[in-house]
Order: sequence, then structure tokens, then C-alpha cells
Amino acid sequence: MSLSNAFFAIIKRDLVLALRRRSEIANPLLFFVLVITLFPLGIGAQPHLLQAIAPGIIWVSALLAAMLSLDSLFRSDFDDGSLEQILLSAHPTSLLVLAKIVAHWLVTGLPLLIVAPLLAVFLGMPTHSLGILLLTLLLGTPVLSLIGAIGVALTVGLRRGGMILSLLVLPLYVPVLIFASNAVEIANTGLPVTAQINILISILVMAVVLAPWPTAAALKMSLN
Amino acid sequence: MSRTENFQLQAQQLTCIRDDRVLFSELSFELNAGQVVLLEGKNGSGKTSLLRILCGFREPDEGALFWCGETLNNSQYNADMAYVGHLDGVKKELTVLENLKVSLALGQAGRYTIEEALVRVNLANYDDVLVQALSAGQKRRLSLARLLITENKIWILDEPFTSIDKQGIVLIETLMTEHCAQGGMIVLTSHHDIELPSVTVQRINLS
Repeated sequence: MSLSNAFFAIIKRDLVLALRRRSEIANPLLFFVLVITLFPLGIGAQPHLLQAIAPGIIWVSALLAAMLSLDSLFRSDFDDGSLEQILLSAHPTSLLVLAKIVAHWLVTGLPLLIVAPLLAVFLGMPTHSLGILLLTLLLGTPVLSLIGAIGVALTVGLRRGGMILSLLVLPLYVPVLIFASNAVEIANTGLPVTAQINILISILVMAVVLAPWPTAAALKMSLN
Repeated sequence: MSRTENFQLQAQQLTCIRDDRVLFSELSFELNAGQVVLLEGKNGSGKTSLLRILCGFREPDEGALFWCGETLNNSQYNADMAYVGHLDGVKKELTVLENLKVSLALGQAGRYTIEEALVRVNLANYDDVLVQALSAGQKRRLSLARLLITENKIWILDEPFTSIDKQGIVLIETLMTEHCAQGGMIVLTSHHDIELPSVTVQRINLS
């Protein structure tokens, strides 16, 4: 069977699995919505302050929601031996791993994109910058999944890898956070944000090309 | 498959050290088409470690492995090898059929179709059943069905008889005999005594 066949079979398998264990989709999304809805309550009746920090709130919540969902990426496959079978396939492991990351993003990243505009309006963000917010999420959340995959692959063999995982992965998330929330902030004032968007695009391209290899290598190490 | 050379797995002077304990050292053997290697030894003697070295999950601490005369070239060796380990490697939230379809997509179509393989392992009519509803022995047979639907030369089996009933043991022995008759080879660990009358069985005692 061809490589593309294997690639899509893995994506399909993970999507079916996610549908059968719905909490995997619901948890990060619920977290995202909850954090953002709690902010206005905590800050009180200060619409200008809220509007000013809205890009930061949305992006920090997205980042934490992504962190929360990371562990499910390889955990169950590691526990039931499916990961061994994936690594033993004659197809390049890095591409099969990429398929798993794509499926993971479709399950945990894409739902954030769908609810984000609603929450942005809720925080009082001007409607003309919603497009830029969506664009940054579209470019940024896959990077979170890709970089996170390296960290999860390194820690999946450890019983309590959660703490190490956050320490490993969070510093690498910072550039995405800075450029993405900055783009939305600037867009709020009506200025062009081409530079930030270009940087996010290049980060995404680099992550797609470079992240699967260390992930595959780290998975091999974790299985050892 | 266009390759017609004789398949051969050679292990030379393998040593495995775990936590400063030497599990085995200078272990050499040769496995040719149609043969079986049975690893024996008490618990903790390194049987599973040796199998994982043969799978390529672990590097031997010393020594080398050769597949058809060449050092293990992963993609070629992986295409020729199938492994059933301690863990069944099936997803319990998927049905029997869905699980096998994924395995098929990861490998190359082999001797049997999925339906034929399920008949062989006595799981016909279970194709739409979720794996979590199967018994331990049935799960084991499902993971063995994976060996039948993909094209492979060497089977590496870690305790294939765990939680399998008497008829199941006979069934697996039949499948193993057939695989060897078609030029396949098998490395396995087992606490049961296997009966493969028409096959050359090398026994390696690790303890």
C-alpha cells in the first residue's frame, strides 16, 4: 500500500477514535471557553481594558488549551502497543507521525478556531480585526501541535511527564504567542500586519518540515 | 515481490546489558527460511529484550544483526518483519475490521484478505464488534490476524499463546507451520511447549 494511503488511514483512524472518546475534543474546547468567559467577570465593568487585553487573553487561553490536549497525542497508542506497530511500518515514521499531528490538530485546534470569533466579540474586539485573529489562530495552532508533539514524544515513556512537558514546550511556544497576539493587537488599531503574518507563516512552514523528525526519533527513544 | 534471494537473519555476538546486569552475551544464531527459533529461559532472562533488539526497538550493546547479508536497513527489514508483542497493538474503541484496515494500510497486502484472515483465526462475524467487547484470547487472535493480512517473511512473537485456549494453540501452531512451509521464519518466546513436527526448531536457552 502506498504512503498516502497509510497517511490518510492514520488520520481517519484518529478522527474516528476522537469521535468515540468525545471528551478528548470537549476538554480543551471547554477550557478555552471557560477561561475566556471568566475574564470579563474578574475584571469587572471596564470594557476598554478588556478590549485592550482581548488578543492576549484569547491567545494565552488557546496556548494553554493546546498544552492541555497534548498528552492525548501519543498516550493511548503508547499504552496499547499501537505505537510499536506504527514505528515498525515500512513507511517513514516521520510522515506517519505528521499524520497523527494533523489529526490531533483537526480534533483540538480547529474547534478553537470555530468558537474564537464568538468569544472575541464577547470581549469587545472590533469586528474588523476578527479576520486577522482567525488567520493567526489558523497559522499558530498547528505550530502548537507540531512543537508540542516533540515534547510529548520525549515524555510519553515517563509516568509523570506532565510537568517536564510544560517546561520543555512552553518556551518554544513563546514566539508564536508574541507574534500572534501582537498581530491581533495591531490589527485592532487598523494598521497593516503583513510582517507578523509572514513570520507566523514561516514559523509554521519550518515546524511542518522540521518537527516530525525529532518527534519520530524521540518516539523511538521512548519505546526503548 | 521481485526479490528471490534466500532470506536469512543472522545474529552475531549479541550482548544485552540492562541496568548493569548482563542479560546475555555473545549470542549468535542463524535463521533461515522455513525455520523457527524458540527462546527459552526464566522470567527476566532477556527474552523480550532480545525480541525487541530483533525488531529494531533496541540497539544491541554489542554485536550486530544482518538481514539477507546486510545490516538491518530499516525500511526493507520493517517491510519483511511483523511483530506481535506483549501489547496487542489494537485500539479498543475501534471495531475488528477498522483495526485490521489500519494495519493493512501500514503494511503491504499479503496472502489473505481481511475476511479470510478473520475466518482463519475464528473471528468471522466479529468484524463489526468493538475490540473492547472481545475477550483477552480473542484480542490475541485478532493481533495474530494482522500477521496474515500483511506480506512478511519473519514473524517475531512474544508469548503468542498467552490467554489462548487449547483449540487456539493448535490453530496458531497450524498457522506457524503454514508460514514456515511457505518459506517464512519465526522467532518466538513461549512458556508452552510448541509442537511443530515438520519444522526445524532451534531452541535457545537464555538462562
